[in-house]
Amino acid sequence: MRVLAVCGMGLGSSLVLRIGVEAALRELGIEGTVEAVDVSTAKADRPDLIVTSGQLAELLHGRGVPVIEIHNYVDRAEIKSKLQAALSR
Amino acid sequence: MVAGRNARDGEWSDTLAGVITEATVRLDVPAADWREAVRAAGGLLAAAGAVAPEYVEAMVRTVEELGPYAVISPGIALPHARPADGARRAGLSLVRLRPPVAFNHPHNDPVDLVFGLSAVDSESHVAVLAALAELLSDPASVAAIRAAATAADVVSVCSTACGGRR
Repeated sequence: MRVLAVCGMGLGSSLVLRIGVEAALRELGIEGTVEAVDVSTAKADRPDLIVTSGQLAELLHGRGVPVIEIHNYVDRAEIKSKLQAALSR
Repeated sequence: MVAGRNARDGEWSDTLAGVITEATVRLDVPAADWREAVRAAGGLLAAAGAVAPEYVEAMVRTVEELGPYAVISPGIALPHARPADGARRAGLSLVRLRPPVAFNHPHNDPVDLVFGLSAVDSESHVAVLAALAELLSDPASVAAIRAAATAADVVSVCSTACGGRR
């Protein structure tokens, strides 16, 4: 599956988030790629899943792509449980 | 390198060791507000030559434009600007604030660890960020940074991975 980790600029916090999502996908045994991008790039794309912070999530909802909000980018447990919840729907 | 660590641990700790140095770490810095805190972290990058002076204000402007996006974890901020704002090379600084400062993040305030980041393109600093992400996802390492008495201790935590890898 194709996942976008979205931050303001795609090169700082979204990279940290990308690394956390990659690790969580590995632990869940899910095959996927994760790319770190900024909001406008994410809006122009149609990935399988978007992972981002609460503030940016509002800008990305409602386009047919599931959006997961993560509060703590370095908390593997939070990322894993939210991924699992989103993917089991 | 400590015998027994796997190659992945060794890789990332070596990566950080070259980038976070005593010159880019300041402990127990007071800051009146988040702008001063971000300027402190940016100032260390500028003093180390990783960024041009104007990059520091760009870091502040970026948080103003995007909101407290940089507060990625409770108490931990990773502010940065765009490469075109004056980044000269990949760089990472750390300012430990005392007392902690509010960045107006709904979940992760207040902030005590501010990691200033410079990148020259979207890929060249991935190794540094990967190393930092691994470090910050280890609660024992973060606790060791918060408890460190000197900049040298912080550099040691970042470069030896002995802060609690289980």
